[in-house]
Order: sequence, then C-alpha cells, then structure tokens
Amino acid sequence: MPADFDRRDFLRLAGVGAGVVFASGLAGCAARAAVPSTDFHFVQLSDSHWGFDGPAVNPEAATTLARAVAEVNALPSPPDFVVFTGDLTHTTDDPRERRRRMREFKAIVADLRVRDLHFLAGEHDASLDRGEAFRELFGPTHYSFDHRGVHFIALDNVSDPAARVGEEQLAWLAKDLATLDKDAPVVVLTHRPLFDLAPQWDWATRDGDQVVAQLMPHANVTVFYGHIHQEHHHRTGHIAHHAATSLIFPLPAPGSQPKRDPVRWDAAQPFRGLGFREVERQGAAAFAIRQYPIGEA
Amino acid sequence: MQRRLLLAGFAATLLAAAARAATDGGPRRIPVVARKFVFIPNEIAVRKGESVLLEFSAPEVAMGFFAPELGLRALIVPGEVARLPFTADKAGRFDFLCDVFCGDGHEGMSGHLVVTA
Repeated sequence: MPADFDRRDFLRLAGVGAGVVFASGLAGCAARAAVPSTDFHFVQLSDSHWGFDGPAVNPEAATTLARAVAEVNALPSPPDFVVFTGDLTHTTDDPRERRRRMREFKAIVADLRVRDLHFLAGEHDASLDRGEAFRELFGPTHYSFDHRGVHFIALDNVSDPAARVGEEQLAWLAKDLATLDKDAPVVVLTHRPLFDLAPQWDWATRDGDQVVAQLMPHANVTVFYGHIHQEHHHRTGHIAHHAATSLIFPLPAPGSQPKRDPVRWDAAQPFRGLGFREVERQGAAAFAIRQYPIGEA
Repeated sequence: MQRRLLLAGFAATLLAAAARAATDGGPRRIPVVARKFVFIPNEIAVRKGESVLLEFSAPEVAMGFFAPELGLRALIVPGEVARLPFTADKAGRFDFLCDVFCGDGHEGMSGHLVVTA
C-alpha cells in the first residue's frame, strides 16, 4: 500500500465542503482517546524566507508575509495560536544581518491578532550558527506545550547543518513522550520531513527514523512540517505527515525534475502556490486542514 | 623515542603504500574540492568495476557529499581530506549533492557521478 495519501480518500474521510483539503488522524478511533474532545483550530505559516531577493520567483517578496498576516487576521474565527514551521528568514553569512532580518520578521508578525505564537527554526535561520541567533530572538529551538488536551512537540532538525535531531534531543523527546498516555493526541511540529521524502534534494532528516520509532508506540500522532514549499501528505505507519506551502516561492514536486529550482513567478497568477493553512481539531485525535492561498482568503 | 621512531616508520610505510597505489594499480585517486557552492569537478566519471578513491577537501566551510543511490556519504571538514573508496557495481548517472547546509546557494550545490559500463 503506498504511503502517500490519496486525496480522494481524504475528501471522503473529511466529509466536509469545499475549501477543506482533508482530515487527518484516526477519525474513526477518536472515541478511544483518553482526553475528552475540545475542538479548536490553529494556523500554520511556513518558509517566509524574510530577506530573500529574487524578483524572478517573487517580485512581491517584501509584501507577501504582511499579506499573510492580514489574511490570518481576516479569518472568520481567530485561531487559538499560530505556529511558524521554520525558515522565517532567508540565510545570510552575516550574523548582524541575520539578526536584523529576524527582528524585521518579528515586527511584521507582531501584527497577528492571536494570543500565542510558536516559532520553529529552519536551516536558513539556524544552520550557519547552530541556532544561536534564533535562540536570542525566538527562544528554544525545541520544546513542548499542551493545548486543550493535545500535546504539541516542536523538534529542531536544522540547528545541526547536517540535518540531525541529535542524541541529546532524542533523549529529551523520549522523556517528554514518557509522560504521555499512549493514546494521547500528539502533534509534532518540525521543519524538515522526518522521513526520506527526497534525499537527492536533501528533503530528509538524517536521524528522522529514530524520531518516528519513538513516536510509533503512540496511537494518535500527526506531524506538520515545512521546508519543501508545497503541500504534501504522507504516512509512516499510522503517523500522518503534512507539509505546508511557503510564503515566498513554491518548489517542484519531490524528485519531479533534476534540480529543486524555485517555480518562477507567473504574473497571470500572482502568489500561485503560496499560502497558509488552518488546522482544526475535530474530535480527540482528528484534524481537518483548510488551505488558504495568498490573495484568496 | 622508540615510539616516535615506530610512528615515523608507520607513517613512511603508509606514504609508500599510497604512492605504490597511485602507480601500481591501486585505486585511482579523484580529488574533489567542495567550495561555496560548487563541487569541482561536478561531474565525476568512473568505469564500472573500477576501484577509485574519492578525496574531498573543503577550503571554506564544512560541506557534505551524498550520493543517495550509491550509498556514498562523506563529511568534509576544512583542513582535512575526507577519503571515500568506491567501486561502482552498476552503470548509470547518479546525482550527488551537498547535504551539510553551507549558505545561500547550498540548494544548488550538486553534481553527477557517471559510471560507464
């Protein structure tokens, strides 16, 4: 059985109207979860690459993030929180410029009308200084928190430029998971895919299999990540992995062409392929994902 | 003193062995330099069944060499030579890339290893 999701299956599973891409998780098993259902929704933004300069792929690079912020603020129902799954800024060799970009990013997203923001680093933010500037401006690169019965785990697979989670963080993860019931709903947030999506394009985490092995005994796990600048849906066993679109430029489908060059800007369809997602918890361990293209929210 | 002499002797033996390998049918050495953001050369040609020794250096920052289809991987640290012995058992054109994030341009740092039958 292929591990990639069949979009039609999701639509059937979701059983909802247009706009919702699909539902994820073990909807049929929701009643087994130990935690009572408390529905809520959050927004995932990813890969804004603030500081990127490439008019051929995004002549609106200076405005796209602010558009996304405005469109999140215009949602009919404000999310409980917003999570950014990495590559907040575009990389630079200059530590001062890196921090300047991070401060500018923070100033823009400060306009989000939500109570809580959760930040993760991408390799563009953290790989050249092993997360030093990110920690100064955004806090720890890995952490966990609980929200209305769901345990969220933010994993750092980018501060090591070789894309390892590393022994220390793996040990921390084991301790964190040990506090949970095996049927507790768990959401993992990270930047790179935790599985070998396209190793020839560096779309993988070198020790991601060890993370997945730790998650496998847990019945209700969903992973949301970024890095690949497009929606993608995959399963490793019962664990669903959902990649998010970017806020700077789309990338080609995994392995679909020799190089992972950005998709060029199409003036006839500005912002095509860029957007954010709303994730709604439906029942104890099921999530519906609604995709919002920039300019169409 | 005796230990130093022994080590010196061992090093000399290794050097001599390497020199013999270069001239007496040992693995063919292929130097590869990993610079921001290119491999030099970015196309490496070998023959199927030929034993080669890939010798990587990175004069600027740490880099990686990864050819997933061939299972070849090396971490390249400035100031050191990373050696990777390789004998191709299949012909074809195989991608390799830098898998250690090295800056703005990292995503385009790739090449091909071409194995002829």
